[in-house]
Amino acid sequence: MGSSSSRLSNIPNGQELMQETGFSDAHLLRLYERFQFLDKDNKGHLRSEDFEAVRELSKNPIGDRIVEAFFLPGQETVDFPSFVRVLAHFRPKEKNRTREGAQQEPEPANSRNQKLKFAFRLYDRDRDGKISRVELLQVLREMLGMQVTEEQLQSIAERAIQEADLDKDDTISFDEFRKISFHADPHRNRTGEARACLLEGKQT
Amino acid sequence: MAALWPLPLLISGSLWACLAMNLPEPHNGSLLVGFNTSHVSPSADLPSALRVFSLDYHHVQAPFEIVLWIMLASLAKLGFHWSGRVPAVVPESCVLIMVGLLVGGVIYGVRHSAPPTLSADAFFLFLLPPIVLDAGYFLPGRLFFENLGTILWYAVLGTLWNILGIGLSLYGVCLLAPSSLGDISLLHCLLFGSLIAAVDPVAVLSVFQEMHVNEQLHILVFGESLLNDAVTVVLYKLFESFLRLSSVTGLDVLVGGCRVVVVGLGGLFVGLFFGLVTALTSRFTSRAQVIAPLFVFLYSYLSYLTSEMLHFSGIVAIVTCAVTMKQYVEANVSEHSNTSIQYFLKMWSSVSETLIFIFLGVSTIQDIHMWSWPFVCSTLLLCLVWRTTGVLLLTAVVNKLRRNAVTFRDQFIIAYGGLRGAICFSLVFLIDDFPKKRLFITTTIVVILFTVFVQGMTIKPLVELLDVKRKKRALPTVSEEIHSRLLDHLLSGIEDVVGYWGQHYWKDRFEQFNRKYLRRVLIGEHHQARSSILRVYQELERREQRGEEAPPVVDPRPSSRPLLPEEMDSIRRILSRNLQNFNNKQTPAYSRHTLHQNVTTDRMRKPLHRHMSLPLRCTYNTITHCPQRDDGEFSYRGRAQLSRSHTVCSASRRWSEPPGTLVPALQDRTLDHKPAEEEHHSPQHKAAIERATKKHLSFVLENEKQL
Repeated sequence: MGSSSSRLSNIPNGQELMQETGFSDAHLLRLYERFQFLDKDNKGHLRSEDFEAVRELSKNPIGDRIVEAFFLPGQETVDFPSFVRVLAHFRPKEKNRTREGAQQEPEPANSRNQKLKFAFRLYDRDRDGKISRVELLQVLREMLGMQVTEEQLQSIAERAIQEADLDKDDTISFDEFRKISFHADPHRNRTGEARACLLEGKQT
Repeated sequence: MAALWPLPLLISGSLWACLAMNLPEPHNGSLLVGFNTSHVSPSADLPSALRVFSLDYHHVQAPFEIVLWIMLASLAKLGFHWSGRVPAVVPESCVLIMVGLLVGGVIYGVRHSAPPTLSADAFFLFLLPPIVLDAGYFLPGRLFFENLGTILWYAVLGTLWNILGIGLSLYGVCLLAPSSLGDISLLHCLLFGSLIAAVDPVAVLSVFQEMHVNEQLHILVFGESLLNDAVTVVLYKLFESFLRLSSVTGLDVLVGGCRVVVVGLGGLFVGLFFGLVTALTSRFTSRAQVIAPLFVFLYSYLSYLTSEMLHFSGIVAIVTCAVTMKQYVEANVSEHSNTSIQYFLKMWSSVSETLIFIFLGVSTIQDIHMWSWPFVCSTLLLCLVWRTTGVLLLTAVVNKLRRNAVTFRDQFIIAYGGLRGAICFSLVFLIDDFPKKRLFITTTIVVILFTVFVQGMTIKPLVELLDVKRKKRALPTVSEEIHSRLLDHLLSGIEDVVGYWGQHYWKDRFEQFNRKYLRRVLIGEHHQARSSILRVYQELERREQRGEEAPPVVDPRPSSRPLLPEEMDSIRRILSRNLQNFNNKQTPAYSRHTLHQNVTTDRMRKPLHRHMSLPLRCTYNTITHCPQRDDGEFSYRGRAQLSRSHTVCSASRRWSEPPGTLVPALQDRTLDHKPAEEEHHSPQHKAAIERATKKHLSFVLENEKQL
């Protein structure tokens, strides 16, 4: 891989990013290369068209939501730090790693809570902190494709909300969401870690 | 007092068997003598007059004896389950071996010659395939493939490590005691190592199923025991052929290595081929549904036989065949056929396993034992030592590559759960005769008995002691399913962004391929695939629906639109086309004794009160493309059919619901109500639905026996 420190210096704010997100320098370098690959015109930032160029992503049922998650609200471009920050949610957890100067207060980006918040944002597009029935319907519609009738979607969405909605306000709040995902996660720590392991070339 | 139940059964069974054995002239050797006994009664005097009553045993001898043995095995099994506290302490395999010992002892005592032994042919051709087929058919696919790398790692490398380690160490032991063991050559030791190192799927299954460890651990041990067959058999045959050669060159060793690969891959391809053929055949069985299960069994067995004929690994072939054909067959054949397939598989594998253990016990009573303290004890010790070190080393390496590390406790269970069984036993009988063969046989028997009894009995307390992670039992709710699915998509998407291919990529690619090509070809027009969200959904719906006789209750709170079962069915049918089948969390079904954990009637829930506003039924007809003979059958079949894909359904209960009841209900509603307005929310549902949601979270729909 060459001397990583020399390449690392090419990345703006590389050290701070590493500190903030917890990626190792090898990871960061890989991500930077990927970022540059996606950024075809060398603009220094990514737009949504660059994401759509990823062929597989366009086939993904929730592809556009994922893309959207990279963009901060109101912004139309994603620069490298934002790119890395989003991906930091999927960084593998290292158990014994201590970060220099790290405080205990801010949660590490790849903690379970943060991952869940990220996933929650996928559902909750308008960022009001709750998943409404409409939003759930949209997600289901995307995941289930075109051949489903509206009623059937409604039924399933209905069912899902009923199961999850504990305070009966007809929406799913983040806490309720957390409870669902607690059960949904078979190994209790799977959220995002498969991806992270792929960053390191691991298999499950 | 309950413990005394099995005694009369066993005693009568064994006496019966002995009686049968004594009637004809004693014959040693293989049980399956074929039909070469003379059909002519050997009585010397020709009858001068007609006899009123005569006995011609020879005519029916062979099948009679076979049936008697199977009867004995089954009665023993029954007795075991009725015997109070015994099943909790002693695994079934141990009891069966003990029964076998008892019967063998009785036969020996009565006849003063060795009882019939388990012939290797009978074992490999008749007794082993049903067990492996059953294991393969109910294999949790997703878990298996997720862990495939690790499983292969353990199976191939671990077995190699064990074989070489045990073989070489045993040779060292033989060198150390040249007086008694001097004529055992290195090749013999390696040969012995190759057959004793193999972990046996039968024994593993029978013990592990009574312990509920977490699925990952289960699949690791079980998958390893299945796949190490390729390595074991190849090395065994290799060493055996080396023994016949005058000299062994390096080239031969290299060829041997290639053979392992060829054997494994060959088995795989044979299995794939037959699996696809079965799937295709099952597509056309709609007009002769009764024989559909037969195809499944025939083709699987054929794949095993073909693979054995070509000297490939039969076990790999039959497992691959089962895994390949399962989803297509389940989609294609009718509900009853699916149940038949599953029940027959369970039954045959149960009988096979029982027979194997009984015969292990019977065959222990032999004349031909040769004992040698150093050899036997060192073999036992070395088996344990090498397995443990092998597991530790391999896990240390593989943990760096795995996401979910195999913990120390898991490693202990893997190492300790490496039981040997009947495969070793049969293989040892197949060795060409040489002076110390009897020693090998004795040692093999001792190792098998030790592992099954000692390790089998103590593993459960040890597991509890070490507090191995238990499987989770709860059925995921629909929202959990959705969430899991979303996560999978999310991870897949992130992977695409980051640009690395991994298992999600291959899984997605396979699913696409499956969807576009395989499903179209292999599944009939009117059958549709299922998805796990739908399975969960329909299962929950069905439970609520069962109690649906009471009149609706008015509830003031606003609620959602009604959830009608027929709607749900058609929803599921459509949706299943679209949702990818990621989640198979609820599939493990290794229980030998039951097919599924049937939901008992006391779990019948309060009715879900529905406000009947049903869209026109024709909508569903068009959507589902189902050629209906009549409405009642459609809805019954449709509803029931979907549930079949789910291994955790309660089959027997469904049969008790007559189709007729559904039809009038539906027709009433069709006539009375107009098409639904989609935003119609009726109050009374919400409360009822809330009750429903709370209920299902406590369901235990898995098939595990209650601990």
